Amino acid sequence: MTKGGRADNEVAARDGEPLTLVMPGPVVRPGQRPDFSHYGAFAPGAFRRPAVDDSAESMVDLATGLIRVLDDDGNAVGPWNLNLDASSLREGLRVMMLTREFDRRMMIDQRQSKTSFYMQCTGEEAIACAFQSALRTGDMNFPTYRQQGLLVAAGYPLELMMSQVYSNTMDPLHGRQMPVFYSAREYGFFSISGNLATQFVQGVGWAMASALTGGSAIAAAWIGDGASAETDFFSALVMASTYRAPVILNIVNNQWAISTNEAVARGQAPSFAARGRGFGIPALRVDGNDYLAVHAVASWAAERARANLGPTLVEWVTYRTAAHSSSDDPASYRSADEPSAWPLGDPIERLAKHLMVLGALDESQLATLTEQVESEVGAAQLKAESFGTLKDGPKPSPREIFEDVFKTMPESLASQEREAGY
Amino acid sequence: MAKMTMVEAIRDAHAVAMERDERVVVFGEDVGYFGGVFRCTKGLQQRFGVSRCFDAPITESGIVGAAVGMAAFGLRPCVEIQFADYMYPAYDQIVSEAARLRYRSAGDFSAPLTVRMPVGGGIFGGQTHSQSPESLFTHVAGLKTVMPSNPYDAKGLLIAAIEDDDPVIFLEPKRLYNGPFDGYHDRVATPWSRHELGEVPEGYYNVPLGSAAIRRPGSAVTVLAYGTMVHVALAAVETYGVDAEVIDLRTLIPLDLATIVASVAKTGRCVVVHEATLTSGFGAELAALVQKHAFYHLGAPIERVTGYDTPYPHSQEWAYFPGPERIGAALARVLEG
Ligand SMILES: Cc1ncc(C[n+]2csc(CCOP(=O)(O)OP(=O)(O)O)c2C)c(N)n1
Ligand SMILES: [Mg+2]
Repeated sequence: MTKGGRADNEVAARDGEPLTLVMPGPVVRPGQRPDFSHYGAFAPGAFRRPAVDDSAESMVDLATGLIRVLDDDGNAVGPWNLNLDASSLREGLRVMMLTREFDRRMMIDQRQSKTSFYMQCTGEEAIACAFQSALRTGDMNFPTYRQQGLLVAAGYPLELMMSQVYSNTMDPLHGRQMPVFYSAREYGFFSISGNLATQFVQGVGWAMASALTGGSAIAAAWIGDGASAETDFFSALVMASTYRAPVILNIVNNQWAISTNEAVARGQAPSFAARGRGFGIPALRVDGNDYLAVHAVASWAAERARANLGPTLVEWVTYRTAAHSSSDDPASYRSADEPSAWPLGDPIERLAKHLMVLGALDESQLATLTEQVESEVGAAQLKAESFGTLKDGPKPSPREIFEDVFKTMPESLASQEREAGY
Repeated sequence: MAKMTMVEAIRDAHAVAMERDERVVVFGEDVGYFGGVFRCTKGLQQRFGVSRCFDAPITESGIVGAAVGMAAFGLRPCVEIQFADYMYPAYDQIVSEAARLRYRSAGDFSAPLTVRMPVGGGIFGGQTHSQSPESLFTHVAGLKTVMPSNPYDAKGLLIAAIEDDDPVIFLEPKRLYNGPFDGYHDRVATPWSRHELGEVPEGYYNVPLGSAAIRRPGSAVTVLAYGTMVHVALAAVETYGVDAEVIDLRTLIPLDLATIVASVAKTGRCVVVHEATLTSGFGAELAALVQKHAFYHLGAPIERVTGYDTPYPHSQEWAYFPGPERIGAALARVLEG
């Protein structure tokens, strides 16, 4: 008899030795050579595409695999290739490029004090942009601060996003919220909270409400690898499992939670997707830098939800190329070689290459697209800046401090507003 | 003596406590390798090893819940919540568990842990990086609540908190981490290196929990403040030329009532200042105590200058902050009375 591969007598001999803990951490810190070979080992096209009504237990291998469609040469391969038409692919490329250009400009603006703070999603654009393409009007995302691509792909006006970042007089949130904490109900984008993980279980509740009222809309909840350690993550899985709610539960594993490696939240589990098994929730791990894989898996999970087959848990594997936020410098906690060692490439480059392989894009068209994207973001910026930035120009009124605490302002607050004299 | 910022003083307090008592363990989000997002635990993992200072997953309930278990076992956990605004998942463990363990087990178990967290605004952090939730702790039987206003106190109070046999909530005004702040956000502040309370003794000392400090003696009015607002009150008193006695409470529970009452008995007037929202804030408790213990000395109603009863706004942060002008106006009102 063996226990955990060790002979019984060997295990018995360790009884009485001092106990110790595992202190989790990244495999690699600055100065060391990063190793992401555990992801690189999965070949594109290697994993089957189950029927949407297959049991959770029948697909547990997919939670520790990696669903990929695009190979290194830009070909789309395997059962998850949905053969998207060229115009959809070009649109996917465009919104990813828009998102990246938006981030680039806002980051520069943060350095110029036009805003107090900014968070980029560089390298993660495919996840939000391709996911949004699987949703319909009426569906609701419960995002984190790193899913701006959902808004861009949904066609939300860039100048409104910028105005929120600038806290100017066109800011839909009246300067009250920190930059990037957007809210856009009409675009299927729930108000972002600063408190990690709270939205994950709220998304389940939204989906439950849709089902309770006999509707057809579904919800998608979002969380990071790090935040998946919060109790609200597990509460969401329980609620979704108990009521078989029509929700897609998305974990974006970008390898880092500020300075903390994904291994800390994951612990002894082989993947984040593997958390689904104990809840009987179908769970898949996916190459998040592969626009085609994201679109295919998002569509599959949405189909399950719409067919009343309940929740799906998806772990999108990606890499946080940029700093955590404008307040962070990763140089002191992660190896400078990480980006170059990352095996899943860049989502924009990979999709562009695929379009070229298809003959649906050439270098000059790509250059034109790049120019269009730059001028679109530039024009939005000019417009937004004419309504002010945190640094210069008009500002939301200080009276906004007192509005929207309640629907109707109670006298106790009204008297404070009078005393403030704004 | 050494010149220290508040961050350095807090770091040093950890090191002193960990050196003296091997039961002290330190953990939290980004606390180990990186040394915390405000760098308050920088170098501790390198110095004391990974089993004394380590990274935790992002689970505040897990961090404080585990700390309660460790403290009950006999360790002295000192854990960091990255921002006070993120302590709510841990609130059940703090309120229902840590605070009452001694009482409900009749002393069979206790929870001598310290929970540190940055509080207060002034960094454009909006509603989730600016809160001052001290009254959510002072309202709970069984918790001690501390808020230093300078490096000297931060070190001495943190050592005392870690040594204390009961749970202590240690609130760190983040606006003070790297320099005192007088409330004039558009002026350059004196760095701690040029402030007398930036002089911090090396090695061990403590500032006992439950003792206030008179930061400025005066005879016209008593100003009760703590944390950042001590400096803002001092600036207001200076700007408006008021002979106020400014008291830095340092610990809210236990409260140094004797110092407060003696001062109000002398001045006959009292203004309470805090950054937290008004209604049911700690200022209400202070006002009630002052009116009970110094009623016949009072020549005017007690005034409170606080944050408004709204979430902390982002871009209008300085219109929200209870700055020197609002304190000055309150001082003028009580002095007229
Ligand atoms: C409840 C709570 N705890 C802590 C924080 C501070 N915090 C903000 S982002 C972050 C890291 C989150 O990492 P992850 O979930 O992996 O998302 P990513 O930033 O990588 O997209 C932390 C600890 C918070 N905002 N809320
Ligand atoms: Mg992450």
